[in-house]
Parts: sequence; C-alpha cells; structure tokens
Amino acid sequence: MAKKSIERSEIAKAPTGIAGLDEITFGGLPAGRPTLVSGGPGSGKTLLGVSFLVNGAQSFSEPGVLLTFEENAEELASDARSLGYDLQKLVEQKKLLIDYVHVDRSEIEETGEYDLEGLFVRLDHAIKQIGARRVMLDTIETLFGGLKDAGILRAELRRLFRWLRDRQITTVVTAERGEQMFTRQGLEEYITDAVIALDHRVHEQISTRRIRVVKYRGSMHGTNEYPFLIDRDGLQVLPVTSLLLQHAAPDQRISSGLPAIDDMLGGRGFYRGSTVLLSGTAGTGKTTLAAQFVDAACKRGEKCLYFLFEESPQQMIRNMRSAGVDVGRWVDKGLLQFHADRPNRHGLETHLLAMHHAVEVFDPDVVVMDPITNLLAVGTTVDVRSMLTRVIDFLKTRGTTALFTSLTSSEHSLEHTETLISSLMDTWILVAAQLEGRRRVRQIYVLKSRGMPHSDEVRNFSFTSHGIEIEPAEGNASTPRQPQRRSHVRRSK
Amino acid sequence: MFDGASDMPSEKFELRLYVAGQTPKAVRAFANLRKICEEHLAGRYSIEVIDLVDNPALGRGDQILALPTLVRRLPTPIKKIIGDLSNTERVLVGLDLRPRRASA
Repeated sequence: MAKKSIERSEIAKAPTGIAGLDEITFGGLPAGRPTLVSGGPGSGKTLLGVSFLVNGAQSFSEPGVLLTFEENAEELASDARSLGYDLQKLVEQKKLLIDYVHVDRSEIEETGEYDLEGLFVRLDHAIKQIGARRVMLDTIETLFGGLKDAGILRAELRRLFRWLRDRQITTVVTAERGEQMFTRQGLEEYITDAVIALDHRVHEQISTRRIRVVKYRGSMHGTNEYPFLIDRDGLQVLPVTSLLLQHAAPDQRISSGLPAIDDMLGGRGFYRGSTVLLSGTAGTGKTTLAAQFVDAACKRGEKCLYFLFEESPQQMIRNMRSAGVDVGRWVDKGLLQFHADRPNRHGLETHLLAMHHAVEVFDPDVVVMDPITNLLAVGTTVDVRSMLTRVIDFLKTRGTTALFTSLTSSEHSLEHTETLISSLMDTWILVAAQLEGRRRVRQIYVLKSRGMPHSDEVRNFSFTSHGIEIEPAEGNASTPRQPQRRSHVRRSK
Repeated sequence: MFDGASDMPSEKFELRLYVAGQTPKAVRAFANLRKICEEHLAGRYSIEVIDLVDNPALGRGDQILALPTLVRRLPTPIKKIIGDLSNTERVLVGLDLRPRRASA
C-alpha cells in the first residue's frame, strides 16, 4: 500500500467570543467563510450574530458590518442593549456599521433583467468604510418576499456568498428554519462551510434553548445539542462534554461551621473544593446546618452563593434568624448572594446554565443548593444526576466547595435517588429524627467522606437559640462501618 | 377623484436611474427610459443617472438593491422600477402613466 501523507491542518477560526460556542466549535466559526445560523422565530439567531459582531469588534479587532433586512435600527439597538451591548458606541468608534435594508414589494415594479449589484455595492462600501472582517446578513431570505424573480435572487445570493468568501469575510447568515430544511429557500445549498441550528422548545411549559453544530467542513465539532441561555450578560452555550475529570484536589480543609461535625470529619472539616451531600427527612435541620456552614464561610471572608429551590431568600433569612443564625448580615456585606428560583420555571438545562452563569459572575468560594431534590419536579432521577454531575464538575474545576441538601421522605431506607446522587459526593452526612419516648430526637452521622478518617458515631443534636448544638453521642454505637476505619474523635465542648 | 399623475400633463417627472458601471443592462435601461420619456413625457422630465461605482454611498438613501433601478422622485409618492425597463407597458404602469390592470 502506498504511503499516504494526509495533512490534517485545521482550518482558521474566527472566535465568536460567545461562552461555550467557541469550545464546541474548537475555536469559532470558519474564518473568511459564511456560516448559516438557522432557527425558528425567537430562537436567538439574531442575537447570536450580533454577539459575533460585537465580540469581534470589541475583543478581536475585527470590525463588522450588520446588513439587516429585518428590524429597524431602533429595535435592533434595544434588543442588543438587553444583552448589555452598546451598538451605538461601536458605530461611533467605527467598529460596527449597520445598514438597514428595506424592501417593499408594493412600491417596486419589475421589468426586464436586473441583478443585485446594488446590494453588493452597498456591502462593499460598508466593508471598506470600517475595514470590516465580519459581516452578518440578517435575514437575507426576506428578499424573497420583496422581489418576485426567485431565479435571479438565487443566482445572486450564490454570487454573494462566493463574493464574501473571495474577500475572506467571516459571515453569519441567519435564516428562518423551513419545514424539513434549515432555511425556507434552501440556502444551505450555497452555504456549505458551517451550519448551526438553534432551537427553542417549550415542553410542559418549560422552555429550553438548544444549539447544535450541524455541519462544519474541515473541522471537528461537538455534535450534541447543547443548552444555551440568553440573558442580560449575553448569550452562553454550555458545552457538556468538554468537562473532564482533571480538577485539582486541594488538601486544604474548611470548617463545616460546627466544631462537632468538623470533629466527626477527622477533626478538620470538609476538603476545600469537595462536594457535600446533606440529606434527611423534613424538619431535621438541613437548611440550618447549611446556614451555619455559610455563616462560617462568610466569617472567614469567603463568598457564598446560595441557590434556593423552595423558599424565598427573605423567608430563609427570617427562619434562620429565629434559629439563631444570622445570615442576613452577610448579604448586606456582599459576601452572600441568594438565587431563588422555582424549579418548574425552567428545564434542568436552563437551571444549569443559570447556575453556571451566577457562579461565573459572583465567583463564590462556597455554593449551596437547597434542596436538590426539588429539581426532580422537572426531570427524572437520571436527568437530575446528569445535571448535578455537570454542576459538580464545573464547581470542582473552579475549586468551589459545594453543599447540596436533599430531602428524603423515608426515615430509614435510603432512596434510589439518594444512592444515585450520593456517588457523586465526596462527603455524605445524614440527619434524621427518631421518636424516643415522647420526644423527637434529631441525629446526625457521617455516612461517607472520601480521603479522610471519619467518625462512625451517630450523634444527637438539638436546636438552640444560637444555632444547632451537637451533643456527644456516648454509647450510641450501632453503626455499619468497619471498626478498623474508625477514627478517634475528640468531642467538642 | 383621479389619482393618476398622467391626468396632469403639466406635472414634472424627476427621475433617477441607478446603475453600476456601463453594463449592457444599464445601457439598455437608459436607452429604454429615454425612449419612453420622449414618447410619453416630452418636455417635462429630467433623468439623473447615478453610477454607484462612482458614488457607492448614494445607494443607501434610496434603498437600492437591484440594478438597474429607476426611481421616480417626483411626483410623489416615490416609485421604483427595477430591471432594464424592456417592458414599456410595465414601466408606464410603474410610473403611474397607465392605470394598473387588476390582472396585472
């Protein structure tokens, strides 16, 4: 067999600057070529293109021309403003040029041969005025509504894409998704370099946006559907498969907020950057324990991000104050931030993205999610597990310590959910309440804690006016752990 | 009430023909336009030819995409006729010099 030497050089890329999108395209859109961005109404294709232009102008010294066939300039500017983009400023700095193309069929009579050279001249002029390297055509298929001769249009659009390619302009061409096709007029026939499809689905009143790189000639690309988010900080794609198990494992330990629990964990508390599951039945004090953890972190001057899936922040702060833990003061100091959201307001992926985003913006040392079991309202156990895997990978990569509370309905047997989720966790603490005579006794124990000796004791605890107090648990020894792994634990107080 | 400008023979027609270079289509459009104007608007028209190759910025103002484009600036409202103007009937309709037929 003849020896083949195939040069596999990856083509040049133009970064979009959109978080996540450059990751799944391994660097961005094909530089100097057109990319088709297809999607239904409201799927975010215009915003994707605008982000591509704005980021190009701001971050990559590539001025851009936006040729819009759709909205008027005002509408576009206000849409962009909602993402935090100031188009006007970029226009003034000559980094962006917006040309609003208006075609009204009713005022145009067609007779004889014509071409779209006027459009070429306008675009060429715009490109030269600011030295543009990027162009967005939004949405060029609108021309089919304005001009009657589809044959001429097709030939001219084909010429236009070739023209842009000859000039090495990286172009985003948006298109309305057609039936069975990515565009209404079959533009995918002409734009063969890259095709990105956007989708906005609402399933059981839960909305999820997804993005997929359908095609990318000459380049690897992630082929999955990835969730993405549009909010005031722009557009973000969450690449789920790019996260690998290669995060650091710090040796540093941090307090759980309760000396007694720290004692049970080899005397030194949690590992920084580890994940902790705190599970138990209703009313056993999970949120109070979480609050004490947060309180301790804030006392150390660390930042905490607290995701609430059940209560409002005000309610939580009030309840904790009555339990003797004042977390409200940390909110005032800017060390604690709450994110309260009803689980059933979005799909899991949207939640995931929102969490990612909140973490990236606030950059916390500690994250609490309370309670993760509420997420089961919007997904199956497997879905929730997969989502938490992603959350955990993400937090571990950042070195963020995370505490998850989980509500169990049964007092004795661990549920399937728990078992599935717990394998993701480094430390698993259980709280339970038992009837002893006429009193409900709360108990806490460490079921597992990776990488450290930990106590096998079951300890009683109670609520006091200054938070939770854990009692020494003498003679309470019915535990399943092997005795040789048992550690010596000093008792606090 | 009549709405056709053709009913007011004194009205001036201010026309602009947008082209990009001396292409065969452009040359044809100009010749056709001259002929139509001489036949139907003798003495009351002006034609300004704008070559976008020389003046690329001017295409934006009149929203020019297709070439050649004939723009009737006056009388108002503005009318646009695109193509080489080879179909005289359609040009006359486009300029409001002929009533638009329902089937057209």
